[in-house]
Amino acid sequence: MIVLGIETSCDETGIGIVRGRTAAGERNVLLSNTIASSMDEHARYGGVVPEVAARAHLEALQPAIERAVAEAGITLQEVDAVAVTSGPGLAGALMVGIGAAKALAVSLGKPLYAVNHLVGHIAADILDADAPPLEYPTVALLVSGGHTSLLLVRDLTGDVELLGETMDDAAGEAFDKVARILGLPYPGGPEIDRAAADGDPDAIRFPRGLSRASDMAKHRYDFSFSGLKTAVARWIEQREPAGEPVPVADVAASFREAVVDVLVTKALDACAQHGVPRLLLGGGVIANRRLRDVTLARAEAAGVTVRIPPLSLCTDNGAMIAALAAELIAEGRTPSTLEFGADSTLPVTQIQVAAASEDALSVRGGSR
Amino acid sequence: MILAIDTSIGSTVAVVEPHGDVRAVAESAHTLGHAEIIGTLLERVLGEAGDHITHVAAGMGPGAFTGLRIGIAAARAFALGRGLAVIPVPSHDAAALAHLDAGASGPFAVVTDARRRENAVTVYDGADGNGLPRRLAGPELRPQTADLAGDPLTSGAEIVRAERIHAGDVGRVAALMLASGWRPTGELAETEPLYLRSPDVTVGHAPKRVST
Ligand SMILES: [Zn+2]
Repeated sequence: MIVLGIETSCDETGIGIVRGRTAAGERNVLLSNTIASSMDEHARYGGVVPEVAARAHLEALQPAIERAVAEAGITLQEVDAVAVTSGPGLAGALMVGIGAAKALAVSLGKPLYAVNHLVGHIAADILDADAPPLEYPTVALLVSGGHTSLLLVRDLTGDVELLGETMDDAAGEAFDKVARILGLPYPGGPEIDRAAADGDPDAIRFPRGLSRASDMAKHRYDFSFSGLKTAVARWIEQREPAGEPVPVADVAASFREAVVDVLVTKALDACAQHGVPRLLLGGGVIANRRLRDVTLARAEAAGVTVRIPPLSLCTDNGAMIAALAAELIAEGRTPSTLEFGADSTLPVTQIQVAAASEDALSVRGGSR
Repeated sequence: MILAIDTSIGSTVAVVEPHGDVRAVAESAHTLGHAEIIGTLLERVLGEAGDHITHVAAGMGPGAFTGLRIGIAAARAFALGRGLAVIPVPSHDAAALAHLDAGASGPFAVVTDARRRENAVTVYDGADGNGLPRRLAGPELRPQTADLAGDPLTSGAEIVRAERIHAGDVGRVAALMLASGWRPTGELAETEPLYLRSPDVTVGHAPKRVST
């Protein structure tokens, strides 16, 4: 069962090819994880520009599919199913992938699975050949330039609950914006990291969003980073009139610490409150070493086991989309119908989109 | 047979025979919903015409970007699945061929809505030796309020407002291109959609002050 996954929700054109397990206890095998990124094209704008991303997806798709197929050592005719991200993400970008996926499925005469991008991030973990199988339930913290979400995963293909998410900027976006305030280039994550290397994370106490006792009732697991960004800007502006130089290293380290602290605190709080001793990390911001180190240290102290997929599977990619579809197929789920569209705010509870009813399938099959 | 796809205005898919007969057409006039309907349209024409596709033709615009891309992505992916070539067809050529068939004489300008109070305009005059519409100028953008009669681009040309593009016509243009010996050149200009506009972005200015 070979599944080809197409991911175009943001600025990475991801094509993944996975050989799905055919029986319980077997593992899925990653055959290719091909990514074409338009990140460089967005650099001069300081953030992802949807129209630029969508144009880049159209340009990159065909060569990326060709590369993925070559890397997997298969022909397209050997693909048994096509999978695609239907949301959440940038609508115009998603639609490029959806148009391609539908036509490829019809062209090959193969079933199509439309899946949820965020749940795909969790599915990335089952492609790690070196890791023991994913155990349920697990709390998942997904952090990237596009999302910051805390999930409770009871079953990858059947039961994913949103515990909380960002109310404004995604964590990765906050890194980009603060980098700009500090005069550092895009993308901000690696730049802040570099600047923070010699800084004191405790030099400045920046606010932890939605962490007051009064926030616990409604926003216990939600995040907010726009106030933090403003606090950094204000702190720097207050030093300007005095002509004091900005201690970039300390600001970067203290800002990063505020982000990491709030992410890890809320994730471990979710583990404790739900009695779940397992935490899965995903999303591109996981590349941040400080986030990984703090998570591992504090999780160990809390008796929580942390899983981190390989970094190449943490950033947006098509392999995780193929992996999620492979699991749906292994569970015997019906394919999606051809009528779904892009859903930029697709809720995480909707793991698969437009699954065909058994009746509809028999009608379609009968008419052929 | 040629599978033709155009989503520059509505969503339209057709199967056209090599000599230009249109075997099957499936269309939606809506200017939205291209991503939702494209798969169903493909299934429908293949079911109707029989699935003996040898070439894929893609309407390259001009048109609304988001919709336009869906058809081109679909055309490329379908072709890739079969190991076929994609014939890029300027969408206005399809409208021009239809207008020539209707007995056009003299120069004419195909005009489509390009959004943002602008039109996309391509000027043609008759057909070349292969029967393909002879493109004189364009496509270019003009304000919708512009006086086309007084515009050097379009003066003296009959104005042909195309509310729709039909994939049958896209496929017929592709058939004529094939008959005239069309081969993929691999040049970027041929495979780039006819956007006519740069991505709508402004380079970021310095961060605003937040202190009051
Ligand atoms: Zn993501």
